[in-house]
Amino acid sequence: MHIPTFSTSDDPGPDFANLLRTQGLSPAVPEGPVAAAGAIPHGTTVVAIRYADGVVMAGDRRATSGNFISHRSIEKVFPADRWSGVAIAGAAGPAMEMVKLFQLQLEHYEKVEGQALSLEGKANQLSQMVRNHLPAAMQGLAVVPLFAGYDTRRGVGRLFQYDVTGGRYEENDYATSGSGGLHAATVVKLGFADGLDRAATVDLALKALMTAADEDSATGGPDPVRGIWPVIATIDADGFTRLADTELAERFAALTEGPNA
Amino acid sequence: MSMPFYVAPEQVMKDRADYARKGIARGRSLVATVCTEGIVICAENPSSTLRKVSEIYDRIGFAGVGKYNEFDQLRISGVRAADLKGYSFSREDVDARSLANQYAQILGQVFTHEMKPLEVEILVVEVGAGPDDDQLFHLLYDGTVIDESGSAVLGGDAEAVAERLGAALPDAPDLGAALNAAVGALAGPDRTLGSADLEVAVLERDAPRRAFRRLADAEVASLLGAAG
Repeated sequence: MHIPTFSTSDDPGPDFANLLRTQGLSPAVPEGPVAAAGAIPHGTTVVAIRYADGVVMAGDRRATSGNFISHRSIEKVFPADRWSGVAIAGAAGPAMEMVKLFQLQLEHYEKVEGQALSLEGKANQLSQMVRNHLPAAMQGLAVVPLFAGYDTRRGVGRLFQYDVTGGRYEENDYATSGSGGLHAATVVKLGFADGLDRAATVDLALKALMTAADEDSATGGPDPVRGIWPVIATIDADGFTRLADTELAERFAALTEGPNA
Repeated sequence: MSMPFYVAPEQVMKDRADYARKGIARGRSLVATVCTEGIVICAENPSSTLRKVSEIYDRIGFAGVGKYNEFDQLRISGVRAADLKGYSFSREDVDARSLANQYAQILGQVFTHEMKPLEVEILVVEVGAGPDDDQLFHLLYDGTVIDESGSAVLGGDAEAVAERLGAALPDAPDLGAALNAAVGALAGPDRTLGSADLEVAVLERDAPRRAFRRLADAEVASLLGAAG
């Protein structure tokens, strides 16, 4: 590795993706449909819900290749930086790469510029990355993320969903993505109220994922036998915090054993 | 065709070194010290937006004195090199020593081949698991690398500041003691420096990932007040 140097005219600025391009490190776009190479792992259901203090993000743990389960404990919800998170659905490989690049992009910008991007700016960055990914999506590698964060300038949680072309849509209350997203969205819609507290919102996210797993074979439900729980995180004034598995196990037990089970 | 005058290489190098040293001496000094909590870097800098101290990577920090645009360009290059290396390999493969060597290459190259040397002195530090594992690489305008132990002083009045720092710094200082010694050394006997004149950052030993943290004026003031 060497220190890259640039003349003023071709300096990539704080853009890490641009820097990668100058170094020839951008991923290549497949020239034909990827299906020719066999089934590849796909990640499925993710949910984001706004609550009183910020946003809850949740994702199941299953990845499927065609009708096979390729991973039982994949993670689909990641911190993007301290104040925001990204959840992914779609082709698992490119999705992971996109998350890694997005995390680096935000950190790189913050370090080069000396201050972090606004939440809006981060959402826009992700939109551009999804759009740049469109040629690969056309070959069967679609990635459709959710982005949510705590807007430190406004003091509220905000969430964004995307389409495969990079279209960015800010949602007020909740958003879902992935094959079980439709079922999860129904559950969230029925249970959502303005200003829910953290516990109620986490339960709602858990219920949404459990319902999605009931209806959609590509979504994995909580697995108490193997101890595999969804990834659920809160993003509030304290930043991104992933919930411990022990808490999720207790909530799952309460949800399934209680009178409303 | 006119022949250029012959100038001895010794003279050329000496002139360049003098030029660089003069440029650096015009700026204010900077101190970095190892403490129990990590590495504290303290610069005399009345501006709160044009930084001398900044983050390169998870456990690596950067500080520069001299010409702002020159060391800032070096800082950005360092961030790029570190992020590219972490992206291509792994985050744990990014280290201060290799970065310092690359900086030395650039500084040495410019010093011998360009019209004008870079009028900067920079410091690349990496916080380790314990105070003995901390690394402080001090780089001079000509590419010389100095592996400092315990503390480093950069800038014009470095010798006098280093002497005062050595006298004031206790063994195994905590953050407050290290900062007070650093500020006292920067100020000298005839001045006092307040939090508004200082830019302070810490690389925190116990941080889970990104160790670099700037201290706000209020926090600096309370640390200076507590021990002083």
